[in-house]
Amino acid sequence: MSTPPLTPELEAVLDRHGRDPTRLVQILREAQELAGWLPPPLITALARALRLPRARVEGTAAFYSFLYLRPAGRYRVLFSDNVTDRMQGSEALLDQLCERLWAEKGRVTEDGLVYIDTTSCTGLCDQGPGLLVNGWAIPRASRERLDLIAGLILEQRPLAEWPAELFHIDHPIHRRDLLLAEPPTAGEALAAVLAHDADGSGLLAQVERAGLRGRGGAGFPTARKWAACRQAPGAVHYVVCNADEGEPGTFKDRVLLAEYADLVLEGMTLCAYVLGAGRSPTQGLIYLRGEYRFLLEHLQSALARRRAAGLLGRAICGRAGFDFDIELHLGAGAYVCGEESALLESLEGKRGVPRNRPPYPVTHGYLGQPTVVNNVETFCAAAVIARHGAEAYRARGTPDSPGSKLLSVAGDCARPGVYEYPFGVTVREVLADCGAQDAQAVQVGGPSGTLVGPHEFDRRIAFEDLATAGAFTVFGPQRDLFEVVRNYVHFFAHESCGFCTPCRVGTAILRGVMDKIHAGRGARHDLEQLEQVERAMRLASHCGLGQTACNPLRDLRTRFRPTLERRLASLDFAPAFDLDAALARARAFTGRDDARAHLHTDTLAS
Amino acid sequence: MNTRLSFLLDGAEVPFTPGQSVIQAALAAGRYIPHLCYHPEFTPHGSCKLCTVRADGRPAAACTLPARAGLQVDSETEELRALRRTLVQMLFAEGNHFCPSCEKSGNCVLQSLGYDLEVHTAGFRHFFLDRPVDASHPDILLDFNRCVLCRLCVRASEEVDGKGVFYLGGRGVQRRLLVSSESGRLADTDIAVTDKAVEVCPVGVILRKHVGFAVPIGRRRYDVKPLRERALEDAPRGEEGTHG
Repeated sequence: MSTPPLTPELEAVLDRHGRDPTRLVQILREAQELAGWLPPPLITALARALRLPRARVEGTAAFYSFLYLRPAGRYRVLFSDNVTDRMQGSEALLDQLCERLWAEKGRVTEDGLVYIDTTSCTGLCDQGPGLLVNGWAIPRASRERLDLIAGLILEQRPLAEWPAELFHIDHPIHRRDLLLAEPPTAGEALAAVLAHDADGSGLLAQVERAGLRGRGGAGFPTARKWAACRQAPGAVHYVVCNADEGEPGTFKDRVLLAEYADLVLEGMTLCAYVLGAGRSPTQGLIYLRGEYRFLLEHLQSALARRRAAGLLGRAICGRAGFDFDIELHLGAGAYVCGEESALLESLEGKRGVPRNRPPYPVTHGYLGQPTVVNNVETFCAAAVIARHGAEAYRARGTPDSPGSKLLSVAGDCARPGVYEYPFGVTVREVLADCGAQDAQAVQVGGPSGTLVGPHEFDRRIAFEDLATAGAFTVFGPQRDLFEVVRNYVHFFAHESCGFCTPCRVGTAILRGVMDKIHAGRGARHDLEQLEQVERAMRLASHCGLGQTACNPLRDLRTRFRPTLERRLASLDFAPAFDLDAALARARAFTGRDDARAHLHTDTLAS
Repeated sequence: MNTRLSFLLDGAEVPFTPGQSVIQAALAAGRYIPHLCYHPEFTPHGSCKLCTVRADGRPAAACTLPARAGLQVDSETEELRALRRTLVQMLFAEGNHFCPSCEKSGNCVLQSLGYDLEVHTAGFRHFFLDRPVDASHPDILLDFNRCVLCRLCVRASEEVDGKGVFYLGGRGVQRRLLVSSESGRLADTDIAVTDKAVEVCPVGVILRKHVGFAVPIGRRRYDVKPLRERALEDAPRGEEGTHG
């Protein structure tokens, strides 16, 4: 096989990443930005340049939704397909654009100009429907805006020349508490810690006293994670910020990264101080979801400002030995990468498949080194604790869930956006604040969380009651919850990484059964199959995705059962009528009572 | 001698040496745990989940679970048997498996698992995925219809043959076995019929041409002895586990 030489632009991409195979996902992403897709000879050439087996490069590229191994059109328009986008009319808008551009959903047009399809939630639920055009987010899709976009595509105008207004994204915050109360001053929390804490142990104790728990949803005690990592031996200790906010309906990390970048970065730096005790080497990484590509330059300049201010780099705040910097890594469309070990695989340039555990990331994480992976909001909370103290933090929230929580409120309400509450707030209070009348249900924590109905609106947002990573999606009385859940079931089938049997096949079976019921051909037997699959998925799935993928179905079945059963064509029933008994008179007339004069259900079946 | 390390499998003691997984120790001790993607010669993958057990109450794949002294492992419970039957049904529904016409019948691990677990039908609606065969290579046929995504051929090609002929691409139910060449065809790779990757396929995806049905059905590997006996025969044994 003769391999064409790489173009100077590609050589530059490779050089920028030091021809480092662990940068493979970044290299593929940037190579695609140049070529529009990843043709087979390019895969061969990159494999050779990175000294990787070709299968590794191709297999990695094939994993991510936003990497294309076939020509994908000069304009790739992806409609966010969260249930909130649909509630805002995304399906009709997609059809409109297809018609206008003579395109078919999911297929590149004959002239190679445009490709229109759906994608998983893009995190613009507060201003949807959301779109991605060649990876760039566009909010508030409407007939008018899509007409404009169609025109720009037909004129073949480069994206750089499109009106900036199209890409303008708001970051509405409607309620502020501990975290969002005041704009953070860069370096203040760091200075406070460095003034009286020689090795990070003081800060660690403070985070422990504050009772901070991870904000990704699982609620693992942050101090315990940091302490285990700090104790683990390693050449470098890594601080990884999980900004792969993929749970449908969640967007609070987008707002934090856009409006509170310094708080996030400060929290990561504080974590590094604890892990390295201000002496041993530490390094930071932010895994930013591909859908948030528009935040990349903003974050890069925030990092540059902090470097210039001595808050990143060598001898932070003048403390000799306290060296720490942060690298940005962009995802390429894979919900499963929000799972921390899948995220680490992706950071290492591989397919985002969750690892076998143990060992855990705190001892064997990024590149096998001790690693803390925390959610964006967790780092912010750590910075607030360092600045205001553990007692002030504990004063908010509940005993088991101290502090505050950011909620991404969207759906059928007057004021969608980010709301920060002390833990313990009831669903009802949030509904009142966001202007949601007559809600019939709320999805707390996204599809992998809990779907609650009105009789549970006095339940509390807290780890001990309704745990959540932040999504709060409101459904008004006009919504069909069966269709809501079907949308979620499709989401999980699309996002299952396919590694393990129960999740790969299970999510696809669930999708098939839900579609069958949707088509009016469901029966009781289908509900039994749903339960059989759910048991297998909960018991044996490799990671949280598969274990929680059945939650919406579970809630539909247990809390909204009539909504589900209404859709069935028939409920299995045992007939009261007894065929064999009905023949008794005939037997009497003929004087027969042998076996062949009897009907048995088993002989009937054969 | 220091005291022998052991854990409990369904209440009976199983000895192990440090570094062994639960399934390695169990098989070496003559105790069968159903499995599909696990193979004693390769790095465990932990993806088929057939070997799921409860260890101290928590579900875990026995092939990636390190053996630990005092661990209480449950395997032959009704819950886990039901799980394994569901998983085998899932694999039969996902792929296009027609045992009577398959050259691998009698030598196939999936088929034998079906018999072993008494799975008589797929139970679920078949997916009927479109998976064209690759007959480009003069000596090797690829029938992707039967792939169970165990990744054994990928592992063998990478770890033993040093070639990297295969990879798994796609996500979710689109995940499938692919050939890494610019054309995507097996003929354009450096695979040889003697490669470990060709030999290791537990189902009927990677087949040698020219030797079809050389051994008649009825006299094949799992026709002669059931899967669980074969698995125990194949298990590598240290001196610790040879009593079985």
